[in-house]
Parts: sequence; C-alpha cells; structure tokens
Amino acid sequence: MEHLFNISVITDNFTYFMIGRFPHGPLGGVGLTLYLAVVSCILSFFGGLILGLLSVSRFPAVRYPALAFINLVRGMPLLMVIFWIYFLLPAMFGKIAENNTVIIALTLFTSAYMSRIVVAGIDGIPKGQTEAATSTGLKSWQVMYYIILPQALRNMIPSFVNQFVSLIKDTSLAFIVGVSELTHVGTQINNRTMAFPTEIFAFIAIIYFILCFAFTSLSRWLEQRLSWSKAI
Amino acid sequence: MLNYTFDWSIVTSGQYFDWLLSGLITTLKLSAVSIVSAFMLGLLIAVMRMAHSKPVRWIALAYLEFFRNTPLLVQIFFWYFGSYKILPTFINDWLNATGFEFAAAAIALTIYTSAFIAEDLRSGVLSIPKEQMEAARSSGFSYLRSMQYIILPQAVRITIPPLVNQFLNLAKNSSLAMTIGVMEMTYQARQVESYTFKGFEAFTAATVVYLVLSIVITALVNLYNEKVLNVHKAA
Repeated sequence: MEHLFNISVITDNFTYFMIGRFPHGPLGGVGLTLYLAVVSCILSFFGGLILGLLSVSRFPAVRYPALAFINLVRGMPLLMVIFWIYFLLPAMFGKIAENNTVIIALTLFTSAYMSRIVVAGIDGIPKGQTEAATSTGLKSWQVMYYIILPQALRNMIPSFVNQFVSLIKDTSLAFIVGVSELTHVGTQINNRTMAFPTEIFAFIAIIYFILCFAFTSLSRWLEQRLSWSKAI
Repeated sequence: MLNYTFDWSIVTSGQYFDWLLSGLITTLKLSAVSIVSAFMLGLLIAVMRMAHSKPVRWIALAYLEFFRNTPLLVQIFFWYFGSYKILPTFINDWLNATGFEFAAAAIALTIYTSAFIAEDLRSGVLSIPKEQMEAARSSGFSYLRSMQYIILPQAVRITIPPLVNQFLNLAKNSSLAMTIGVMEMTYQARQVESYTFKGFEAFTAATVVYLVLSIVITALVNLYNEKVLNVHKAA
C-alpha cells in the first residue's frame, strides 16, 4: 500500500505548496492563490457595483453599453478572457506582469457576474422604499446611495461570498499563463517527481476544498442570520 | 495605441478556418457527451440526496460539496494524470486505446457538472407540492417508483431552463480541456495564434462562436419559459 499512496511527496514539498519560494523569492502556492482571489474580489466588488448601477440606469445610452459588456463577458469562457487580456493589453500598453494580467482578467470576468447580483439585490428592495425616499425630496442618486444600496448590499453579502468561492476556484486558470499559484505549483512538482500525480492532485483538490468549503459554509450561515434579522 | 494590421481572411477560409471548425465540433461533441452523462449522474445523486437512509444522503452530500468546491481544472488534471492509480487496469487500457485526453476531460466535466445538476434537480423536486408524493405513496407506489413516475417527470419539466444553462456553462467550461491537449475551440484559437501571430483574429472568431452559442441557447430558454412554462420574465 505504501507504494500506492506516497505522502512523502506532499510532506517534502509542503512549504512550497503553501507559499512557494516566498521569503527568498516570489509568493506562490496557496498564498498566491489567496492573494489573487482577495485582490480580484475587492476590485470586482467595485467593478460589479459600477456595472450593476450602469445597467439599471435610466439613460439608454448608458444602460445598453453596460449590458452589452456584461453579456459579452458572461458569454465567454474565463480562459478566453484571460487570453484576450494576455495578448491585448501588452499590445496596447507594453509589458504587464503575469500576476496583474490574471487579476485584470479575473476582475473583468467576476465584475460581470457581480453586476447581476447587484441588480438582483436592487430589485429585491420593495418599490415603496424608492417612492417614500423620492417623496421626501431626495434626488434619484441620493435615493440609490442613501436608501436602496445600504439595504441591498446587506442582502447581497451571501452572494458576494459565493462569488469569492468561485474566484478561489477560478484562480486555478492562472496556471495557463504561468502564474505560480497552487495548481501551477502542483503541476511543477508533478513534472519534477513524475511518479506521484494521484497524490499531488488529490492533495491540491483537498486544499481547495478546505478553502472553498469554509467560505461556502460562511455564506450559508450569513444567509440564515441575515434573513432572520431582516430589516424590512 | 494598437499598432496592428488585421487580416480577417485568415479565420474566414482556408486551413485555419478548418482548424477552428474542427475545434468547434470537438467542443460540441465534448459538451454533448458530458451533459448527457452528467444529467444521468446528477439524477442519481439528487435521488440519493433525498433518500430516507441517512448514510446514502451523506454520501450524496459529500459528493456534492467536494466536487462543487474544487476547481474544475484540478479535477481535469486529477483524472488525466492521476486516475491510473485508482482505476482498474482494463479501464486504463481501454482509455489509452480510445484517446485518453478526451475521455479524461469528459469524465471531469461530467462529474463536476453532475454536482450542479443534482442541486438544480433537487430544487425542482422540492418545488413539487408534498401532496404529490403522499398521494403517490398512498396509491401504492414505492418511494423510487413515485419518484420515477410522479415527481421526477414534473420536476424535470421545470428544471429544463437551469439544465440548459448548465449545458451552456459546460460548453464554456470545456475550454479547460485544452490544458490536457483536447483540440477544442480555445485550443485551436491558441494554435492559430501561435502559427500565424494573428491572435486577435483567432480569439475574435472563437469569442464570436461562444457568444452565438450562448445567445441562441438563452433565446431558446426564454422561448421555453414563455411557451411551455408560461413564465414571463422581465429582462
């Protein structure tokens, strides 16, 4: 049985799996995976908010371009978005670090999905709120900013956490442009050792599972808590 | 800003067009094989998830949670590089004989998608009034037969829109199969790029194909919603 499942390949490379060559070199492994996911998540929160608000704008000249962009990105595989950014941005602006390429691609992709969450959140707030706010004399942007968004964002929190889980999984595609996050580290170690692919990829899957499951559970817990103490 | 001369003739005819076309056919083939098997596997998992026996429910739940919370790419790598150690020899031989890349990608896509389909089916089943099951049971059907003849036919009918969306996701996800050398759409676009340095044309062609696919499928779902389910959606 020992020759069947050899965990020494995991234990020998454990720090490499976790942080890459970090103190002496660039961050890699799980550390880089989380870095990419967190940075892209924060950026795509704002991206999604902006796109979401644009796509419910009263002005068709604003609404249609936003909707076109959202549907364009949602119709494409993430891999395709990464390739576009990987080839297009350097042609336009010169060299860009691979990490940033991936962050930009993940942000564009996730913003399009986040915008749908934002729209759903805004739609979920009863019309009476808008009417009441408008009749107190607020301008339409004030209604959105002071009345609708604060309530809507609160209800969206579980969906945002779910989107973060998707982002953790999606960072694995950074592998394709040579960013040394967890999946890339796994294939590297697999290429070097040759004999233990089952162990390596099962281990990586378990790491991703622990990360994602923790946040999935958090999102479910939040959903229950928020629905229990709903303001309206 | 962008100093680049476009040459669209590359992707509209000739050898590279043939590559992209064969890529599209592989994408569709891979998606079709995977959606059919994912549906059957998903159905099984969904029924297990609602079974009376606790261990069966737990197995289904563990399956769902594990495969939904792991990146598809890692699952593809696992089946492609790692499965020979856990599969019986005769299956390995058969897989090697039939072109393992395609099979590994199909297995990974099937299992990954089945977990999502199972949840869609379960929410479909949960939306069927409980009285349906009670009536079926009291007229003498066993649990499995009530599922088969009473509940699932109704649940599948309202689950078709989310299932079609899963097919769309699957078609997009199948682009990951390029990482293990399946020559699908994205792989061929990448290939055209590296042969001709005409990346933008190749990626545009692939993007347009994916977009047309999703527009057509979304339109079909909306039509089904309106004509069959009589749901009128706003947007």
